[in-house]
Amino acid sequence: MVVLPLAAVVVKASGAGVSDALRSVSGPIALSALGLSFGGALLTAAVNTVMGTIVAWALVRYEFPGKSLMNALVDLPFALPTAVAGITLSELLSPRGWVGAVHPALAASFSPAGVLVAMTFVSMPFVVRAVQPVLQQLEPEVEEAAALLGARPRQVFGHVILPSLRAAMLTGFALSFARSVGEFGSVVIISGNIPLSTLTAPVLIFQRLEEYDTVGATVIATVMLAASILTLAAIGLLQRERGQHG
Amino acid sequence: MARRSRPGEGAARPVVIGVAVAWLAVALALPFASVFVAAFADGVPAFFAALSTPEVRHAALLTCLAVLSALGFNVVFGVVAAYAVERTRLPGRGVILTLLDLPIAVSPVVAGLMFLLLYGRQGWFGPLLETMDVRIVFALPGIMLATIFVTLPFVAKEVVALLREIGPAEEEAARTLGASKAQTFLHIVLPNIRWAVFYGSILTAARALGEFGAVSVLSGNLIGKTQTMPLYIEQAYVNYQTTAAFAAALPLTLLAVLTIVAQKALARLGRRNGKESR
Repeated sequence: MVVLPLAAVVVKASGAGVSDALRSVSGPIALSALGLSFGGALLTAAVNTVMGTIVAWALVRYEFPGKSLMNALVDLPFALPTAVAGITLSELLSPRGWVGAVHPALAASFSPAGVLVAMTFVSMPFVVRAVQPVLQQLEPEVEEAAALLGARPRQVFGHVILPSLRAAMLTGFALSFARSVGEFGSVVIISGNIPLSTLTAPVLIFQRLEEYDTVGATVIATVMLAASILTLAAIGLLQRERGQHG
Repeated sequence: MARRSRPGEGAARPVVIGVAVAWLAVALALPFASVFVAAFADGVPAFFAALSTPEVRHAALLTCLAVLSALGFNVVFGVVAAYAVERTRLPGRGVILTLLDLPIAVSPVVAGLMFLLLYGRQGWFGPLLETMDVRIVFALPGIMLATIFVTLPFVAKEVVALLREIGPAEEEAARTLGASKAQTFLHIVLPNIRWAVFYGSILTAARALGEFGAVSVLSGNLIGKTQTMPLYIEQAYVNYQTTAAFAAALPLTLLAVLTIVAQKALARLGRRNGKESR
């Protein structure tokens, strides 16, 4: 179920020959699509790491009205079909939508910014859900000890809390990156798929398949597959590291 | 002094809560609310009219079949795979666990492409399937296959985590007291893991319901034949039938909310039953 499909991709791509394969990833359209997918995914994963940690902090450390509703809302992008996310964000950001109508600069559908919004939305829960349990298990005694030894709150945060959250934040970052880089459903709807501008790598694979360019599609797919496997390996390492430090 | 000692107390508190609430409101609540408004933009009768076309009914049927096949396959596969990984001395367990994550980490389009290369007309098994007169790609089996693949890890991972947490002590005790392997599995393992199986099933259903990329590669998106609900929504939207698209999106959104509610309820229930610390 997993190994055989993987093998099929690798064999097909290697059958293409090195020069053909290079040509099909190094064309300007392919390069721009890969650049948007990987660059955009890195950027959105970074945004989600910062915002996700803040959200996790608020959910774990504070009591406030509406907290449990907020906690449930975090899972929405996991549960919501990506096509629904796509049409919804696309409507909101269209020039006549709730957000797009506020100011022309916010009308981001059919622009690279719209692609980033969709990527951010679908990968939002990962960092929150990675950081939340670690933050919960952090023992207050350690922070109290640091404070008693004269550390100021800012120092406690920087030297005690942040290092313990590091592995969880990086895991969330990696998961968020993997999801964003491969996202198709919401991106294909919001982006308009303009080559050299808003066309992402997964959409390019899909378009090449529609043009019966199976080899061209498979070569791009191999690049994406390699990125997924590397990300998984990184997550595996991070989890082992976290396991060792308790 | 002790009161001020924890970072995030005092002045930081309202700021952090404010930023967190504002982020979730703009990034999550606003899109969520807009689905409801857009679905009823042309009035209630238009909403129901859009939902009762033959295309929507057929797409809903296909989506149900895809969800059911993913649930059926992955509950069995997940339990067996998790048991094999956690309770037998299988060689390469680490590799299996990593491979199990692949369907989540890989782009759905790439997942669809993999199966196209295997079962498509020019794929490895294409000629064989043709002589047997079996169609997978651009037909219902392709939709099911794509859905099963993208939801493969959910049940398995939940069960693996739980089996690891409870340890093999109870099972060993049963074996020592003379229970057969089958009896131990039926009377000890299955009751112990049932919450994890339920929980994984909810995640599976939620993901199967909305799968778009892999299905759109494998189904061919033939209207009234191989179009699932998410594919219908996309097509309606692209064809400027905005109300129809949002009308079809509303039931999927409600189901998404339902799966979240079920998840939370089940987590609470599992915790009360003591076995699962979720």
